[in-house]
Amino acid sequence: MACLGNFALFLVLFVILNAQCRAVTIEEKDENTFKNTPTDTGSTTNTSGGGHEPAAIQTLPIVTWKWHHVETPYLVALWILTCWLCKLVCELNHKITSVIPESGVLIILGFVLGGIVWGADKAQTFKLVPVNFFYYLLPQIILDASYCMPNKLFFSNLGAILIHAVIATCWNAASVGIALWGCYEGGAMGNLDIGPLQFLLFGALLSAVDPVAVIAVFEEVHVNEVLYILVFGESLLNDGVTVVLYSVFDAFVSLGGPKINAEEIIKGIISFFVVAFGGSFLGVVFAVITSMLTRITYKVQVIEAGFIIVIGYLSYLTAEMLSLSAILSITFMGVCCQKYINANMDEKSVTTLRYSLKVMANGSETMIFIFLGVSAIDKNIWVWNTGFILLTILFIIVFRFMGCFFLNWILNQTRLIPISFTDQLVMSYGGLRGAVAYGLAALLDEKKIPEKNLMLGTTLIVVYFTVVLQGITMKPLVQWLNVKRSTKSDLTLNGKANNRVFEHVVTAMEDICGRMGDNWWTRNWNHFEKKYVCWLLMKKDARKINDKILGAFHTLNMEDARNYVLENEVNGSLGFIRNYDAANVDFKEKIAFDYANIMPNIMADMSDYDFNIENVPVTSIIRNPVPSVSMDINEQDMRNINGNLTAHQILDQNLYQSRMHNHPAYSRSNYNTTQNPVEVQEIFQRTMRNRLESFKAAKRGISPANKKISKHSKKDSTMKTNGKPVDPHRTHPFGDEDFEFSADSASSSEAAANFPGRRSGAGIVNPAFIHEMETPSPMRNLPQTQTGNSRLPLKPTDLRGLTPPRMTNRSTDSVMMADASVNEKKPEKPEDKPGSHNTKL
Amino acid sequence: MGSTNSTLIKIPNVDELIQETGFSTAHIIRLHDRFKELDKERRGYLCPQDFGAIKGLAINPIGDRIIGAFFSPGRETVDFYTFVKILAHFRPADNSRPKESSSPEPINSRTNKLKFVFQMYDIDKDGKISRIDLLKALRSMLEMQVTEEQLDSIVDRTIQEADLDGDDAISFEEFRKSLEKVNIDHKMSIRFLR
Repeated sequence: MACLGNFALFLVLFVILNAQCRAVTIEEKDENTFKNTPTDTGSTTNTSGGGHEPAAIQTLPIVTWKWHHVETPYLVALWILTCWLCKLVCELNHKITSVIPESGVLIILGFVLGGIVWGADKAQTFKLVPVNFFYYLLPQIILDASYCMPNKLFFSNLGAILIHAVIATCWNAASVGIALWGCYEGGAMGNLDIGPLQFLLFGALLSAVDPVAVIAVFEEVHVNEVLYILVFGESLLNDGVTVVLYSVFDAFVSLGGPKINAEEIIKGIISFFVVAFGGSFLGVVFAVITSMLTRITYKVQVIEAGFIIVIGYLSYLTAEMLSLSAILSITFMGVCCQKYINANMDEKSVTTLRYSLKVMANGSETMIFIFLGVSAIDKNIWVWNTGFILLTILFIIVFRFMGCFFLNWILNQTRLIPISFTDQLVMSYGGLRGAVAYGLAALLDEKKIPEKNLMLGTTLIVVYFTVVLQGITMKPLVQWLNVKRSTKSDLTLNGKANNRVFEHVVTAMEDICGRMGDNWWTRNWNHFEKKYVCWLLMKKDARKINDKILGAFHTLNMEDARNYVLENEVNGSLGFIRNYDAANVDFKEKIAFDYANIMPNIMADMSDYDFNIENVPVTSIIRNPVPSVSMDINEQDMRNINGNLTAHQILDQNLYQSRMHNHPAYSRSNYNTTQNPVEVQEIFQRTMRNRLESFKAAKRGISPANKKISKHSKKDSTMKTNGKPVDPHRTHPFGDEDFEFSADSASSSEAAANFPGRRSGAGIVNPAFIHEMETPSPMRNLPQTQTGNSRLPLKPTDLRGLTPPRMTNRSTDSVMMADASVNEKKPEKPEDKPGSHNTKL
Repeated sequence: MGSTNSTLIKIPNVDELIQETGFSTAHIIRLHDRFKELDKERRGYLCPQDFGAIKGLAINPIGDRIIGAFFSPGRETVDFYTFVKILAHFRPADNSRPKESSSPEPINSRTNKLKFVFQMYDIDKDGKISRIDLLKALRSMLEMQVTEEQLDSIVDRTIQEADLDGDDAISFEEFRKSLEKVNIDHKMSIRFLR
C-alpha cells in the first residue's frame, strides 16, 4: 500500500512537472511567434496568441484563456508545490532517509526533476537565481534558525563561535585560494584563465559552511548540545563573514591586480570589520525596535506574529541596502529579540510565530535543495577540469580540518570544558557547503571571471560531495566515534532552583578569590538587563514572570493542567472540577499519598479549550479556599463570576450542537461524519423518557418529573431557546399541542424543545458529549441513562402503547405525537414510522 | 623564584595543602595573596566581617550562606588552610590524573561539590532540606514580587519532585538523585582554579 501511495505521489509529480514544462514551451512558442510576427510578416494581429492582446473582439467572450496573466505566480506556486511534494515523498520513504539525509535525497530528486525539465525544453529553463535565493529563500531560514537558537548556550559559547566563524573562515578562504593557485602555477590544471585574486575569490565563496545543510544533517544525528551550537553557530555567522569576504575580494578582482596597494588592502580589512559588525549592530537595533513594538501589539493580536517576520525581513533588506552584512543582521535580530518578544507576546502569538517561521523555513529549505539538484542539469555550466575539481575538494577538507583543530587547540587552553577530540573531528567533518556557496558562485560576473562556469560547476560538485557523501557518512561516523549525544533533561523546579544556587555560589567564590571569572560577564549582564533592558523592552506584566524559577513553575503548572484536562477528558467530563468538595483527584501517582496542599492550585488560562476552566483545585484546599497561585491578573474577577461559569459550563457540555452551528466553515466536507448514532439514540431515549414521565404524570394526575431530570431539562430547554434566533415554540410546527400538554410538565416542554434537534439529526457534534456517551461520567449522566435503561423502552417500536392517536403527515413527528396526545390511546400507524426511524439509527 | 619560595615558606602546612587540594603552588600563592588582602587587620585569620566587605558578596542573595560555609559551627574565624580547602571544592575535576582507588576522595569530587550545595540549603544542619529550609532559601533567591502563597506552592512542588520517601524533606541521597543528570563538575567549577 505504501509503495502504491508513493508511486501515486510520484505520478502526480510527473504530471505537474509535465504540465509546467508544456506551459513553458507553449509560452516560449508564444513568445517566438510574438517576436516573429511583426518582423516577418508584418501583420498586426496575432490570432494564435494567448488571447491577452487588446485586439478588437468580434463578440463577447464568455471565458478566455489567460495564461499570461497568471503565468509567473502560477509557475512559482506549481514549483513550490512540486518541491514540497518531493519532501513528502522523502518523508514517506523512511528506509531511504535513514541512510541518506533528507537534504541529499532532495538533491537527487532535484536531478530527476531537472532531467524532466531538460527533456521537455531542451534547455534549463529553471534554475536557482541568486537574487531569488538571497531575497526570498534565505532570510526566513536564517530568521527561523536565529529565533529558535538556544540563547544561553549561544552566548556562553559566543567566543568560540566567533573565533571559528571569523578566523576559520578567513583561513579557509585564504588557504584554499592560495593552495589552488599554487597548484595551478605548478601545472596541475592545465591551461586556465584564472589569476591569483580570482582563486582567492573562489576560496572565499567556498568557505561558507552552510547552516541549511548543517542543520539538516546535525538535527538528525542529535549530537551533544555544545557541539551542536558550535557547528550551528559557526555556520550561521560564517555565512555573513563569507559574504563580506566575497564582496571584498570581488572588489579586488574588479580593481585588478596592479591597482591593489597597501592602502586598498587596509581598506579591505576595515571594510570587512565595518560590514560584519555594522550588520550585527543593525540587527541589534532592529531587535530593540521589535521588542519595543511587541509591548503594544497585543491590541492587534491577530497579526502580532507577522510583525516579527516583517521586521526581520526589513532588517535583512536594510542591511543589504547599506551594504552591511544582511545575514548577520537578521541573525542578531532573531537572537537578541527572542527573549523579549516571547515574554511580551501572547502565548498563542508565540506559537503562531514559531510555526509560521518553521513552515517558511522548511519550505524554502526544501526548495533550495531541490533547485540545487535541478540547476545541475544544464550542460552550459559544466566545464570539466579534473585537476581543479579534485584539488578543490581535497583542499577544502584538509584545510577545514587543520583550521578547526588548531583553533580548538587554542580554545582548549582556556576553556573550562575542553572540546574533546571526537567533537573536534565531527566539527571539522561537519563543514558542509551548501546553497550560499552556490548562490555566491552564481553571482560571479562572467566579464571579470572568464572561468565562471568552471567555478560554478566545481562549487556544485563540492556541494553535492559534502551534502550527500559527508551527510551519509556523518551518522555512522558519529556512532562509530561514540560522540556524546544530547541528553534530554526534564524541566524541574529542583533543577532550576539548584542552577540558581550553583550560579550564586560560583560567583561568590569568584568574588572571594577576587578575580573576574566566566560568571562575571553573565552576572553583570543579568544585573544590567534586569535594571534597564527589561524595563525598556518588556511589558510590565511580562517582566513579572521573567524569573526563571517562577517561569519554570508556571510552565510546569501549565503542563500539568493540560495533561490533567486531556486525561480527564478521555474519562468523561471535567464537570467534577466544579465540585470543590469532591475534588480529590490524584494528579500524579507518586504524590497520591500526600495529602492537602501538595499541588499548587493551578490557575491556567485555558482559553485554548472550549470550556472555560479558570482554576483547577487539585486537592481539597485547606489553607486557602480559593486558588492562590495565579499568573493571571484577571483571576480576581474570575472568582466573582465563578458561579456563573459553572452554569455556563454545564450548559456548554450538555448541549447538542444544532445543525445551524455545525462547523460553519467546513460544513460541506464534515457534514456526514458528524452524525453519531450513539448520540442520536441518546436523544431519542431521552425524549422517550420524558414522554413517559409526562404520560405517567398525566395518568396519575400528579405533578411530573423527578427533580434530576427537570433540572437538566430546564437548562437544556433554555439553552435551546437561546440557540435559536426565534422562539422555538413559535416556529415549531406543533407548538400548539406542545403548549397544551406541557402546561403541567416541564419535561414535556423539553421534549418539544429537543425535538428539532433530533429531527435535524446530522448536526450533533459535541465532543464532550461523545466522550460521555462512551464512558458515562458518574456525576451527571449515569442517573439518567440508568433510569433510561431500566424503565424506558429502548426502541421506538416498543412504544406502541404510547403512540399518538392523531394522524400526521409528518412521519418523523409521530414520536413527538406520543407526547402530544398521551391521553388518547389509539395506536394507528406507529410501527412503520418509528421503525423506519430505528433502522436509520 | 626566590620570592615564590619565601612566600611558600610563610604558609604553614603548604605541602599537605597541595597534596590534599590538588592546587598548584602558583594557585596557593595567588590565594594566599588574596587571603592577605582580605585580612585587613593582619590577624592571620578571617572573620565574617572580612567576607562581608567584599562588594560582590554583599549583593549576592545567598551571600550569607556562602560565607557561613567557611565557618565551621561555633567558630568565628577561618584560617588560610580551611580557606583553601573550601575553595578547592571549585577546582575543575581533572581527568588526566590517574585515579588511585586507595587515595581518599578528592575535595573537588562530585559528591563533595554536591555536599557543598546541599549545605547551602540545609540551614539547621540536620542533614535534610526541610520545608522551612527550602522556603527560606527560595525566599532569599526570588524577588519580592513573588507572593507568599506562590512561594509556598513552589516549595511544595519542589520538595515533591525530589522527595522519594515521603517525609516532606529532601535528604542528601534524594538531593543527589534529583541532580543525577546534571553535570555538576561543569556547573560548580571555576576556570581559573584549574
